[in-house]
Amino acid sequence: MTPKLQERLAPWVTTLVLIAAWWLFIRLFDIKSFILPTPWETLQAIYKFRYPLFVHGMSTLATTLIGFVAAVVFGMALGILVGSSRLAYSGIYPLLIGFNSVPKAALVPVFVIWFGAGTIPAVCTAFMLSFFPVVANVATAFATIEPELFEVMNSLGATRWDITRKIGIPRSLPFFFASLKISVTLAFVGSVIAEIVAGNSGIGNVMLVASSNFNVPLVFAALVVVGVLGVGMYAIFDFFERRMTAWSIRGGDAQVQAIGG
Amino acid sequence: MPFIELANVDLVYGAAAQDAASRTLAVSSASLTIEHGEFLAIVGPSGCGKSTLLKLISGLVRPSRGTVTVDGKEVLQPLKTVGMAFQNATLLPWRNIRDNVMLPLEIVEPYRSRQKIDRDKHREAADVLLEKVGLSGFGDRMPWQLSGGMQQRAQLCRALIHEPSILLLDEPFAALDTFTREELWAVLQDLWSFRKCTVILVTHELREAVYLAQTVHVMSARPGRILKTSVIDIPRPRTLECTFEPGFVDLVHDLRHHISLGKQP
Repeated sequence: MTPKLQERLAPWVTTLVLIAAWWLFIRLFDIKSFILPTPWETLQAIYKFRYPLFVHGMSTLATTLIGFVAAVVFGMALGILVGSSRLAYSGIYPLLIGFNSVPKAALVPVFVIWFGAGTIPAVCTAFMLSFFPVVANVATAFATIEPELFEVMNSLGATRWDITRKIGIPRSLPFFFASLKISVTLAFVGSVIAEIVAGNSGIGNVMLVASSNFNVPLVFAALVVVGVLGVGMYAIFDFFERRMTAWSIRGGDAQVQAIGG
Repeated sequence: MPFIELANVDLVYGAAAQDAASRTLAVSSASLTIEHGEFLAIVGPSGCGKSTLLKLISGLVRPSRGTVTVDGKEVLQPLKTVGMAFQNATLLPWRNIRDNVMLPLEIVEPYRSRQKIDRDKHREAADVLLEKVGLSGFGDRMPWQLSGGMQQRAQLCRALIHEPSILLLDEPFAALDTFTREELWAVLQDLWSFRKCTVILVTHELREAVYLAQTVHVMSARPGRILKTSVIDIPRPRTLECTFEPGFVDLVHDLRHHISLGKQP
């Protein structure tokens, strides 16, 4: 087997190992299905409830993506501002840290009071959870531009916008994509939490209803759906990252690590 | 009237600081005149304010006292007719070499507004320069595919593409090995005779200064003052052979002597 093939197979093998361990655990300790269902029961639940899972999964995906897109736009703009101005950095960054330390689940009831139960609190929670990594990474990219590059650009009479456009944005792309991969998974966390607390649709709502009926296999089926959606979105951004920032990867061994989360 | 003139220039870093300890006098009463088309070198111990002198001339920093005049006008903001090159090549890693060289044409007028119309002309100008420094055929490569010396050659092209009247070089060859460095001396000498712009080279390599420059200024340790000015009248084009001749060696020795004098408090 070539190393390349090994690399491609590795995530599937680890998934299978995890499922086997899950199954073995249940067998060894003889755990009842309403406590922890087996992988097979979970799979059956996915098949049995495929229509509601699909419909609510799409609803969660839409909610998540709306919140996520808003977070990306807002995060990028704020990241550019915070990264290019020391004053903005010292003024805004501590606030952002404080904001990010607030447990977002605690905000859901507040959103419900403001907007009523439903989709909007979920969008807001997805947004709140996912914008910070974008801000932090874009700001870092902008703040770490080599001073010599500023000298080159300034001595050519470049405007601030020239520097942002020609250097800041292209330079921040690898950081930006790395942050998108973290952000999109966090956005799922946000929307599902809000759906559990105060949703009338979405995967979170399915989980809430299923667990109140002691339908634990369905709860796990819903968890699997969220996981698959998250991995899917991650893979999409990973693909774009590889295409758009090939210059930063070189031989494929060095990759920008995103911060935040 | 000289092309560039520094008159009694002081520069204090951290001038706004209240306590004297965080204020640093980087350059002290520097006076310097540079003629059109002159190749001038500034040498001195490290940290003596050589690079600061370049920033003063380019208008990136304003003097705390005294005036800097370029082409009859006092420098109050960054000049737009300057090319710069540094010890690090500072090429943009997401652009290929040709696009890196063409960066100034996207910023400086009149090229900027003619970018779309003159695209082919600009590409050609970049390729001509790349050929001059021995990089023909490397235009489509990415910076990381080039060695340090080749990146420095590309950086020189970027500094010259918009035909600046002043070229400011801040230890451009300091990070290279001796052989590559000596090769690039010849490249730079060629470029200068081809473009005839005013070159100010900051270096701590005395042989480099004597090989390349018409005039060498020696600066003292911080706060930097100009201690001595030597005129180098070795005929051009100079070759590596010249650097072994007694006249050349004497000049280097003399400069070294003045630098060690300047180090003593």
